[in-house]
Amino acid sequence: MMTTPVKPEIQVVYQRPDSFTDLTTHYCPGCTHGIAHRLVAEVIDEMGLREKSIGVAPVGCSVFAYKYFNMDFVEAAHGRAPAMATGIKRVLPKNTVFTYQGDGDLASIGMAEIIHAAARGENITVIFINNAIYGMTGGQMAPTTLPGMKTTSSPFGRDVELSGYPVRMCEILATMEGAGYIVRRSLHDAKHIRQAKKAIRLAFETQERGLGFAMVELLSSCPTNWEINPHEALDFIAERMVPVFPLGDYKVNEELKH
Amino acid sequence: MAKELLKGNEAFAEAAIRAGCEGFFGYPITPSTEFLEHMARRMPQLGRAFVQAESEVAAINMVYGAACAGKRVMTSSSSPGISLMMEGISYIAGTEVPAVIVNVMRGGPGLGNIAPSQGDYYQMVKGGGHGDYFPIVLAPASVQEAIDFISLAFDLAEKYLNIVYVIADGNMGQMMEPAELPPMRELPKEPPAWAVTGAKGRKPNILSSIYINPPDEEVTNIRLVKRWLEIEKNEIRFSEYLMEDAEFAVIGFGTAGRVATTAIRAARQEGIKVGLFRPITLAPFPKEQVAEISRRVKRILVVEMNSGMMLEDVAAAVQGRVPVEFFGRMGGVTPFPDEILDEIRRVAANKRPVNWNARAEWIARLEQIVAEGK
Repeated sequence: MMTTPVKPEIQVVYQRPDSFTDLTTHYCPGCTHGIAHRLVAEVIDEMGLREKSIGVAPVGCSVFAYKYFNMDFVEAAHGRAPAMATGIKRVLPKNTVFTYQGDGDLASIGMAEIIHAAARGENITVIFINNAIYGMTGGQMAPTTLPGMKTTSSPFGRDVELSGYPVRMCEILATMEGAGYIVRRSLHDAKHIRQAKKAIRLAFETQERGLGFAMVELLSSCPTNWEINPHEALDFIAERMVPVFPLGDYKVNEELKH
Repeated sequence: MAKELLKGNEAFAEAAIRAGCEGFFGYPITPSTEFLEHMARRMPQLGRAFVQAESEVAAINMVYGAACAGKRVMTSSSSPGISLMMEGISYIAGTEVPAVIVNVMRGGPGLGNIAPSQGDYYQMVKGGGHGDYFPIVLAPASVQEAIDFISLAFDLAEKYLNIVYVIADGNMGQMMEPAELPPMRELPKEPPAWAVTGAKGRKPNILSSIYINPPDEEVTNIRLVKRWLEIEKNEIRFSEYLMEDAEFAVIGFGTAGRVATTAIRAARQEGIKVGLFRPITLAPFPKEQVAEISRRVKRILVVEMNSGMMLEDVAAAVQGRVPVEFFGRMGGVTPFPDEILDEIRRVAANKRPVNWNARAEWIARLEQIVAEGK
């Protein structure tokens, strides 16, 4: 009996999102910025927001984020992305406006701007990369650096007597009436990356549904400045960072729950 | 429209609205606060953007964002607040987007006081923020001029993709005088092609002030300098009073120029042939006009409400052709016309060459005036 050979169904299951450009990023091997970028691009694609999105890049390692996202972008001064995003969103309320900021940018020099954007309930989405260190300037102590952690500006380990304690942004921002969605996720393994993507999606939905300020904090790695290999860096997130920065939902508007 | 009795700051704000301002972002500060208060009432009524920001730092960055979105946007503040905005102003200049900034100047440095001053001349005219850029600076001398220059400021900002300052002082912000507001302008239907509005049916627009490769930054710097040379060619503005037959010239801007007008009128009655040259664009500075004046007068008196800042620009244009003297009040003190009249009399009778540092001679006279309790 003759059998017709079955042609395997060929289907593209993984490709570059439309919201990404073709450029190779400048990020170090093992850095999780690439993953965070991709998750944002996938969500914008899936929600069909690319043509109305305006991104605001920060100062820090992701200063060139605008090169990698295939959409309108502006480049803010250090820490001022939420103010710049406010200006854009207030004159273009129908557009989707998001910032992408690191911990030095958002939790140190830009503390006032992020708190007041949340307090005003600005309808913007914030992607917050927390890797507990200043990457671009070469590994200095960040507001999120762990107690005891060695950096170039805390060479004997962060001494809490001298330089205080890590700042927990989700916990702070969750107290703001104007915040619609405040969560912390991690990028240290596949399961957590999938959870991070769901959160990013909800953070953009918060904006599209006009539910106020939304921020997803992503615990991220910096093997270069942590001076450990990429694999160890992922373990460092899980073992050292998560206990200080607990993962979870800090504020979720009721309307997002159904 | 007929003239009405208008309060400076409120009239400036209404003028901005009528010129098509679609976004205002500011922070309260005396003596400019009524500008923000007027915007707080009017902008939401018109469906336009208004935010009272958490700081001047945030306010200027909101202006920056909204300017990138292609809208007519502005802020208003006063000296210490303007200092806080300098970071954002430099970024706006480096990104080459238009923005209008009104500075209602007050006495300084530091916290200083809330009285009228022209002490921000250097900060306004010479840049103030970091890096190579050139702001346009318009200096009105009355509520009416401020109203007119705010409209002009938006047009110039958009024409040259440049920062435009309108610098008033506490006198002009707080005084009431008859003035006429312009009719409401229609808002543009389409955003400019360079604006970030969502990359629909076009390539993404990227607006940034970063040029990480120095030769690329230099290309940008060259473009900015060439644009400035174009502005210098096209946009010089000034006002003259009784200058045709003048043997002595008083040069002053804004309130100082206006007070000098009264003194000049009195001096003319005494037979002193003196006239007023009042720069309206402090940047670009009317260098050629000042040079031309120095070829036909015997002596020049610069009058300012600061320590002799425009004095240096005047001296550079005069190039030693005639003596340049100086009289200023500082710290939020506005000179009286009779003080300037005394100075005109003194200058008209003075045959001595002026020390290269006119400031040194002036400060000795000022200390005397202060000691006499004037």
